[in-house]
Amino acid sequence: MALPIFGPVDDPGPDFTSLLRRSGLPALPGLEANLTIRHATTVVALRYADGVVMAGDRRATEGYSIAHRAMDKVFPADRWSAVAIAGAAGPAVEMVRLFQVQLEHYEKVEGVSLSLEGKANQLAQMVREHLPMAIQGLAVVPLFAGYDVRRGIGRIYTYDVTGGHYEEADFQATGSGGRDARNTIKLGFKENMAQADAVELAIEALFEAADEDAGTGGPDLVRGIYPLVAVVDADGYAAVDESEVADRFLSLIERRRAERGREPGRGEPS
Amino acid sequence: MTMPFYVPPEQAMKDRAEYAQKNIARGRPVVATTYEDGILIVAENPSRSLHKISEIYDRIAFAGVGKYNEYDQLRVAGVRHADTKGFAFSREDVDARSLANLYSQYVGTVFTHEMKPLEVEILVAELSADNRPDQLYHITYEGTITDEEHYLVLGGDAETITDRIGQSFEEGWDFGHALRAAVEALAGADRTIAASDLEVAVLSRQNGRRTFRRIQDVELAEVLGPPPASPPPAAPEAPAPAEQGEPPDPDA
Repeated sequence: MALPIFGPVDDPGPDFTSLLRRSGLPALPGLEANLTIRHATTVVALRYADGVVMAGDRRATEGYSIAHRAMDKVFPADRWSAVAIAGAAGPAVEMVRLFQVQLEHYEKVEGVSLSLEGKANQLAQMVREHLPMAIQGLAVVPLFAGYDVRRGIGRIYTYDVTGGHYEEADFQATGSGGRDARNTIKLGFKENMAQADAVELAIEALFEAADEDAGTGGPDLVRGIYPLVAVVDADGYAAVDESEVADRFLSLIERRRAERGREPGRGEPS
Repeated sequence: MTMPFYVPPEQAMKDRAEYAQKNIARGRPVVATTYEDGILIVAENPSRSLHKISEIYDRIAFAGVGKYNEYDQLRVAGVRHADTKGFAFSREDVDARSLANLYSQYVGTVFTHEMKPLEVEILVAELSADNRPDQLYHITYEGTITDEEHYLVLGGDAETITDRIGQSFEEGWDFGHALRAAVEALAGADRTIAASDLEVAVLSRQNGRRTFRRIQDVELAEVLGPPPASPPPAAPEAPAPAEQGEPPDPDA
């Protein structure tokens, strides 16, 4: 690899994607569709008093079979933000990787971090460039959330396949089980929740989504695989301890079991 | 058409070297040394935004002296090289040795082929993984590359400063100790440098994946502090001044 030195006219600036193009590397490679691809997911994000909570299930499916049981769908984008993905797994993970490098690249070249708004726009551009593949059936729909250091609040952005992005007031969920998760959060959401309550609500939302949606994985008690939960606040991105997530799921299951015990004989509509 | 005057190659190289040396010697120097947790880099630099020391990658830092626009161009090229390589292969595959070689080739080519050599001297520092020694690569204006494992000085008056830091250097010394020695080496016996005129950064094994961290003024002032109440540790050429005065007297 040669030392990438450019003249002042054709310098790509802090944009990593156009740097890759200049170096002859494809940023997000195109591929022929008509393959079985992995998708279906539920990822959620909600605001609480000091920041945002983001969570996602771990299941990847290929058609009607389960392709992967322990896939990560929630990633740190940089120190102050997190990105979660729904849609075709291959391009989605690749997009996250590019996004992570882009944020760090900008920070190193320019000497300062992008604003949260700037990061959200950057991701929108990547989703937009991905549109031709989305039309062929390989849609990637990320969810972006972070702590706005300049304003001192958590913020959430959703995207559509065309790269349109919208800031959400309080919470959002996406993926095939997004609707169920969103309804659960809607019923339990309160302004300025404590972090523990927000984590609990996210877990409940994923549990309900897994209950209703075939593409969303619930807690896997046999293998000990639990959804991934992360918080972003003034101290930056931190994944919630897996044992804490497991405990919360187990006590949620206990509560549900006790509730059902009160009404013997009445099964749930299938 | 006029024929250019013949200049013997020896003379041309000598002229260029002199030109570069003269301008680099005017710049303020940079000291890098290994310490307990990694690598410490200290520069005398009153600017808070035009950095001499920067992050290249997870375990690699860059420092330059000389002409700012020239070494900053090299810095950005280094970040680009490292990020592209890490993206195409893996983060582990990015190493300082290959980057230092690229720098050396580029700087060397400019020295021989262009009208004007680059008036820069650069440092590429790498925090080693495992138990291998840390690496400090020194690349000069004509593309010569050398590597050190303990300490390195760039810029004007490098020999004197190297002697000073060499006298106080101890393998595996702690951060405060190393920082004070580096600042004393930069300052010399007859002056002190205020915390606000220093640019300090570390590559530290305590920092997680991205090991680079700038030490900000507040933290810096805490470590450097007012002159220590007890005799300063290991400052061979600067014996402790009178200890009763609170104002920070220059050590001399």
